[in-house]
Amino acid sequence: MATLREVRTRIIGVKKTQKITKAMKMVAAAKLRRAQAGVIAARPYARKMMDLLCHLVGSLDVSSNSLILPREIGSIALVVVTSDRGLCGAFNTNLLRAAVEHVEKQYAVENKRGNLKVFCVGRKGFEFFSRRQYNVAGKHIGVYNNLVFGQAQMIARQLVDGYMKEEFDKVEVIYNEFKSVAQQRIVIDQFLPVSVSSEDAALAKGSVNYIYEPNPIEIVNALLPKHLDFQMWRVLLESNASEQGARMAAMDNATENANEMISMLQLAYNKARQASITKELLEVVGGAEALKKTG
Amino acid sequence: MYEKSFKLEIVTPKKIVFKDKATSLSAPGVQGGFQILHSHAPFLATVEIGETKMKDSEGRDTIFATSGGFLEVKNNSVVVLVETAERAPEIDVRRAEEAKDRAIQRLHSKDHDVNLGRARLAMLRAMNRLRVVVKV
Repeated sequence: MATLREVRTRIIGVKKTQKITKAMKMVAAAKLRRAQAGVIAARPYARKMMDLLCHLVGSLDVSSNSLILPREIGSIALVVVTSDRGLCGAFNTNLLRAAVEHVEKQYAVENKRGNLKVFCVGRKGFEFFSRRQYNVAGKHIGVYNNLVFGQAQMIARQLVDGYMKEEFDKVEVIYNEFKSVAQQRIVIDQFLPVSVSSEDAALAKGSVNYIYEPNPIEIVNALLPKHLDFQMWRVLLESNASEQGARMAAMDNATENANEMISMLQLAYNKARQASITKELLEVVGGAEALKKTG
Repeated sequence: MYEKSFKLEIVTPKKIVFKDKATSLSAPGVQGGFQILHSHAPFLATVEIGETKMKDSEGRDTIFATSGGFLEVKNNSVVVLVETAERAPEIDVRRAEEAKDRAIQRLHSKDHDVNLGRARLAMLRAMNRLRVVVKV
């Protein structure tokens, strides 16, 4: 049985931890609200952009565009979007496990030959892959501290540049999609070459005869980089919102667990206290008895 | 005064800046400015950094400082997709001036690391913002 003082210190310690987890939960909740607003605000633009792209791809022959035309796949780039900070439950672990599984399943050969390049967004992913047998080609750490469009642009440009220089023939992004506050979904999206689902393209085909200015090909050429920048921006927003959601849930759990622990410790403390009082009483009574006998 | 109107949406990655009826819209196309009125033919254009001017159904003019993007006209509704769109009061003059100075400095520097294209665009954006502020 632990001594009274030991139990008391434990209780104080757990209470302090609980204060921290509670505060972190509040902070995550506030950040989540902002991140969520960002995700929602970006959706109309995403939809319109996709409409426009589908329409263009559907109504004219853009297979000549090197960002759309699929190439024979020699090497792959995988962009792994994780968080910079921990304490967000299984958020990063799940994503990294899914990424590794995906690589083993799809690109085991390329990976062995060193033709799989990993781009890490977020410190956790970088720490994970740099310690293992992976070819880490790029890292972006600290993007969430100041999440601005320019950052997404920078990442997207790097990927497009590499793609154009044929450093890799396909780019995939794996990230946590924000489904709800308590739910994240791991998604693997093809980033390059740009794929437009054939249904959407067929739907848009020939529906309207546009007047183009300057001409369709130039519009596509202008649209694609913007589209890619924006896709990357959306991925960052989704991941950020998911991270905050996951952190909030994890910290809520931790606070809850601390509560449970405190009540258990309190019980142990009370029992120990009672036991010690009983013991003291017995000693006093025993002493009095002894005195009576001698007297 | 009654004028025929069309639906107008100005959308940026951050938010929907404007969504309502309008009677006229002029935008800076890559091949020169153009104006859209009610019942325009289907039209798809790239727009440059510049001023996008609209007249709402009550005849009020609003000027937006917009950066590059796209404009689509379909079924009497216009969608403007741009990276940024700011009304004059929303523009941070100090920031724009700083950005302009910074961009000019970069354009003049002999450093080879400088991305001239980006610096030029930054300068154009900043100057465009300042121009819109002065106009109102």
